[in-house]
Amino acid sequence: MNSPTPQFVSSRRMSVYDPIHQISMWGEGFKSNGNLSASIPLIDEPDMKLDSQSEDASHGILGEPNKYDQEANKPTDKIQRRLAQNREAARKSRLRKKAYVQQLESSRLKLMQLEQELERARQQGMYIGGGLDSNHLGFAGSVNSGITTFEMEYGHWVNEQNRQITELRRALNAHIGDMELRILVDSMMNHYAEIFRMKFAAAKADVFYVMSGMWKTTAERFFLWIGGFRPSELLKVLGPLIEPLTEQQRLDIYNLGQSCQQAEDALSQGMDKLRQILADSVAAGQFMEGTYIPQMTSAMEKLEALVSFVNQADHIRQQTLQQMSRILTIRQAARCLLALGEYFQRLRALSSLWSNRPREPA
Amino acid sequence: MDKVMRLASEKGVVVFTKSSCCLCYAVNILFQELGVIPVVHEIDKDPEGKEMEKAITRLGCTAPVPAVFIGGKLVGSTNEVMSLHLSGSLTPLLKPYRA
Repeated sequence: MNSPTPQFVSSRRMSVYDPIHQISMWGEGFKSNGNLSASIPLIDEPDMKLDSQSEDASHGILGEPNKYDQEANKPTDKIQRRLAQNREAARKSRLRKKAYVQQLESSRLKLMQLEQELERARQQGMYIGGGLDSNHLGFAGSVNSGITTFEMEYGHWVNEQNRQITELRRALNAHIGDMELRILVDSMMNHYAEIFRMKFAAAKADVFYVMSGMWKTTAERFFLWIGGFRPSELLKVLGPLIEPLTEQQRLDIYNLGQSCQQAEDALSQGMDKLRQILADSVAAGQFMEGTYIPQMTSAMEKLEALVSFVNQADHIRQQTLQQMSRILTIRQAARCLLALGEYFQRLRALSSLWSNRPREPA
Repeated sequence: MDKVMRLASEKGVVVFTKSSCCLCYAVNILFQELGVIPVVHEIDKDPEGKEMEKAITRLGCTAPVPAVFIGGKLVGSTNEVMSLHLSGSLTPLLKPYRA
């Protein structure tokens, strides 16, 4: 960091002519020094700001003299008071600046430490990222570009999702017509289709990543079923929120829920079977030289089957969404999609709250 | 092809599987939950298994196994079965063949 002395001089000169400007400048610095992610530009900023300040100072000297000539004619104690106030303001400003610089220094140190940790972890071949809040680093393996791509795209997907939810909420409150509502509903359905396409590709890149819901927040992962939400559970949660329904609709939704439950059970039992077969395969045979590889090959083949399970689970999710939009009127579908979107927003917010909760000192 | 169609027409609900296939197991579980006991042919245990697999693919099944036939007609693989079930169309199809 630069030594404070040069700025110290200019700020003292500044303080006589333009204390208000300087006070507000340090105020801005504090406001923007919120979180670590903003710390990189902040490290460079103060230098720029102080350079422009010295320019202002010189303008101040050249532009101001007339004002003070006039003031020499007024009573001296007014000047004295003014000067005292300026000195006080300058002192406070210097203290604030000192605190600010200290904060910057410690942020910079923290940043350096984080960068080192990141580098170390990368070299050991772990994923960086995965879940926006947890410090879970994934399993050791080579860094997977398919997953990195997925995580980046997922970030965009969530932003777009939030935007669409806000738009849908406004539209429903504004009582827009069915035609316009249909457009919003269709684009949200397409948006969901997009995440399923992304997951399909990600499952090929790393099925365990998808299975474990690594990109999701902690609370979302609590409800995980084969790499995503459980459709029957969601139907139970959303059902009451879409009332009023006709008797036929209520029956259709009930039947859809039953079918979902049965499909999920069948798939879950298939997964259990896969686990059992895999466990047997890994346990079978002896771990002797030479007999290791064929055993592992058969185990590898069984792991491949996981991809089709994840895809099938997503297929069920997508089909459930489709069926719901078929059963409901456009307005009900819009309310349903809004409720669904808000539900996940709240889960994500809950995860955030949870990870930021004050912990008891160890 | 002939063997596949012949076997498929023998009973109401016929599923071609492979012994190691857990998705096939899942589909069978679903049928049982719906009160149907399908006839299962494990094509990896069949000497003509490779031919049967080719025949199933030629018939347009999205995956070689599981291949589900109801009333002698190809319904499809897991995707198709799940879609049918969620749309409520599978249960009526199975009705004549319930145990």
